[in-house]
Amino acid sequence: MFGLHYRLERKAIGLTLGIILVASIGGLVEIAPLFTIHQTVEDAPDMRVYTPLELAGRNIYIREGCYACHSQMIRTLRDEIERYGPYSLAVESKYDHPMLWGSKRTGPDLARIGDKYSDEWHVAHLNNPRDVLSVSVMPAYSWLLKTTLRTDDLGAHLKAQRTVGVPYTDEMIANASRDAYGQAAPESPYVDGVTQRYGKATNVRAFDGKPGELTEMDALVAYLQVLGHLTDAAHKSVTNAVR
Amino acid sequence: MDLEHATLVRLSKSFGLFYLIALSIITVVYAYWPSNRKAFDRAAKSVLRNEDGPWR
Amino acid sequence: MIGQLTKTERQYALLILLGLALCGLMFGIAGNHDPLGVHGALIGVAALVGIFKVISVYYDPEPGDERLNRYYDDPTKFGIILTMIWAVFGLLIGDWVAWLLVKPDFTLDAGWASFGRLRPVHTTSVLFGFGGNALIATSYYVLQRTSRARLADQLSPWFVLLGYNLFCVLAVTGYMMGITQSKEYAEPEWYADIWLLVVWVVYFTIYLRTLARRKEPHIYVANWYYMAFILVIAILHIVNNLAVPVSFGSAKSYSLFSGVQDAMTEWWYGHNAVAFFLTAGFLGMMYYFLPVRAGRPIYSYRMSIISFWGITFFYMWAGSHHLHYTALPQWVQTLGMTFSLMLLIPSWASAGNALLTLNGAWDKVRDDATLRFMMVAAVFYGITTFEGSFLAIRPVNSLSHYTDWTVGHVHAGALGWVAMITFGSIYAIVPWLWKTERMYSPRLVEVHFWLALAGAVVYVFAMWNSGIIQGLMWRTYNESGTLAYTFVDSLIAMHPYYIARAIGGLLFLIGAIIGAYNIWMTIRTGIRDVRDSATDMPSPMLGGTTVLESGE
Repeated sequence: MFGLHYRLERKAIGLTLGIILVASIGGLVEIAPLFTIHQTVEDAPDMRVYTPLELAGRNIYIREGCYACHSQMIRTLRDEIERYGPYSLAVESKYDHPMLWGSKRTGPDLARIGDKYSDEWHVAHLNNPRDVLSVSVMPAYSWLLKTTLRTDDLGAHLKAQRTVGVPYTDEMIANASRDAYGQAAPESPYVDGVTQRYGKATNVRAFDGKPGELTEMDALVAYLQVLGHLTDAAHKSVTNAVR
Repeated sequence: MDLEHATLVRLSKSFGLFYLIALSIITVVYAYWPSNRKAFDRAAKSVLRNEDGPWR
Repeated sequence: MIGQLTKTERQYALLILLGLALCGLMFGIAGNHDPLGVHGALIGVAALVGIFKVISVYYDPEPGDERLNRYYDDPTKFGIILTMIWAVFGLLIGDWVAWLLVKPDFTLDAGWASFGRLRPVHTTSVLFGFGGNALIATSYYVLQRTSRARLADQLSPWFVLLGYNLFCVLAVTGYMMGITQSKEYAEPEWYADIWLLVVWVVYFTIYLRTLARRKEPHIYVANWYYMAFILVIAILHIVNNLAVPVSFGSAKSYSLFSGVQDAMTEWWYGHNAVAFFLTAGFLGMMYYFLPVRAGRPIYSYRMSIISFWGITFFYMWAGSHHLHYTALPQWVQTLGMTFSLMLLIPSWASAGNALLTLNGAWDKVRDDATLRFMMVAAVFYGITTFEGSFLAIRPVNSLSHYTDWTVGHVHAGALGWVAMITFGSIYAIVPWLWKTERMYSPRLVEVHFWLALAGAVVYVFAMWNSGIIQGLMWRTYNESGTLAYTFVDSLIAMHPYYIARAIGGLLFLIGAIIGAYNIWMTIRTGIRDVRDSATDMPSPMLGGTTVLESGE
């Protein structure tokens, strides 16, 4: 009896192992080389990390599910390059945990949306897209303007980002909340810290048009305005190719 | 370091192909192995006999 | 239903629920400044309801040993009811968001009701709520019948079924509060993912333990598919969801992977969720319910084995076809395309196998809407897999990707294949489970069938049209060599198709509501019949007439 039972058990276990083996090797062969891909990813020494405000904006972008309708990946096709700008490089999303390449364009690609429109345009458009474009099917995000941005936990966010490999310094982590405030308050004393830590080219503006208040709108617009501007690598590679 | 990635890719590409061929052969041989035929026929018909409860 | 649990099982149930309640309490306290706190409270309440239920039957008499002479179908019954609830809910949300693309101001000016948050509610409800519950419920049923053995115990099937539904509820309520990882089809955050992993491991042990008690030496092929579904989903789930939480008291986490690596991992997961959740699992369903309902053995058992290993093997490589022309290395794209094309072989072998099984039973297909559901499912499976391989070809993908064509393709599979095979199987299983002679109203099954078919066809055609138009408009140049259309031009062109799509979805939804009503009425008659003739239980009938013809 024991013998028969043992044989039956073995068959089920064998099937289990067979499935695992057959299935997992395909994944390994495909994915394993990607773990050394940083060796082939273009170098971008000028690449900067997201500021705390931009990261908070990115999290709002994720929270609201913007990625369901907007891609952030310009493919190597002529019409896409002419419509949206230079095709996306792997290096441009190397600090994106997770990536937001998207899979659907119910709305246009946003990989290079930064600086294409003014802050006022973005605020009006997010507040009610139909005010700006009558045929838009995008939802209105009017509450962003009324909701204060939560900043007390931004340090913890930066710390978690560092754990997964984004090079935030101790100083950046310690000043995360202040930097978030400073980036949207150009008159405040915190501005110097922002430009010192994240570079002179960082956008420091009252993104939502209300300098005294830090709203979720500030964060989201700050994020949208930096898209495509963390590094110039994509523009350079196109000029190189032309040459 | 660059070499490492290239080796890994080459290994993936070559090994993957052998793996594919070997597995296909094993599967087809198993499915058409003459002595398995009876078990398969029995199994195919077994679902049509539906007893009231488990065999004890 | 839980009255069937033995004393020891009741004690274990209480222990598990107490642990769960503690977890809920912990998250509630640690996350009191975060949406996580709400989920902590939800987990706590769910556990308390469970504790109350178990205590209320705790001193009831224990079930006798005669229970071991029957299959244990209580979790399957409850699972079927949950399946239909999720179906109606998921389809309702789906059609609602379809209308949002027609009338974007229906969002009620509230975050939870906007398209971006409701879309994952729809996908999770239909894929995991409807599909997942259907798979769990039918797998218990099929596993027992094909092994001719009762489930190994009575507690773990309940743990899996209810635990899985807790996961689904956490996922869906989370999206509405803005909790999401943003990884498509893997949106739930870290704590829900850990919980699902626990549930999943127990699910697989049920399989192994019950198989170990089987009286048939050969493991029937349907179980292979169910096992591949459970195992590979576990692997995918673990790898794709590796993440670091911001803190123990925060729902938010950051994915371990970034950029191109994350993209590959996500679509390796995403495509294999299609493969092993929506294909392998439901093929398992098909390989049992189609032959039994038709009263004929599967046309070629060998072919089913070959296609099994083909699907298990090929699918794993195909994910990168979601990333054609992106920053992913080209050799990986080519690999994905090649394997996607090869996938057509096992896929069509399966579809052909199903249709050839019906050869000689076409009169039944004509008369029996239940069997027709399964037949149409096999046809749609064939169409969708052909379309899938076609869309994976790089130049074709350059047109179709990012457009509604992809949405149409997914729905051809989801509505045409997954939902149809599920409805067919449910219409077969409900009379067997509740021991009625037939469904409450075969005419309503017929009505459901035509509504579902019409809805799926309207939906898919609308999306084919809109997708191809969209793709062509984006790449059309005028004579001076500049782009002919703005993005907004393409958006305006989509409007009529979005209306058509929403109408197709509505038809499908109405069909599902009718199905749910029919099932509910069947259950009620079944329960009444049993009460009326408590001494004389009707023996289970195999879909009415099928038993007689099986001896050929």
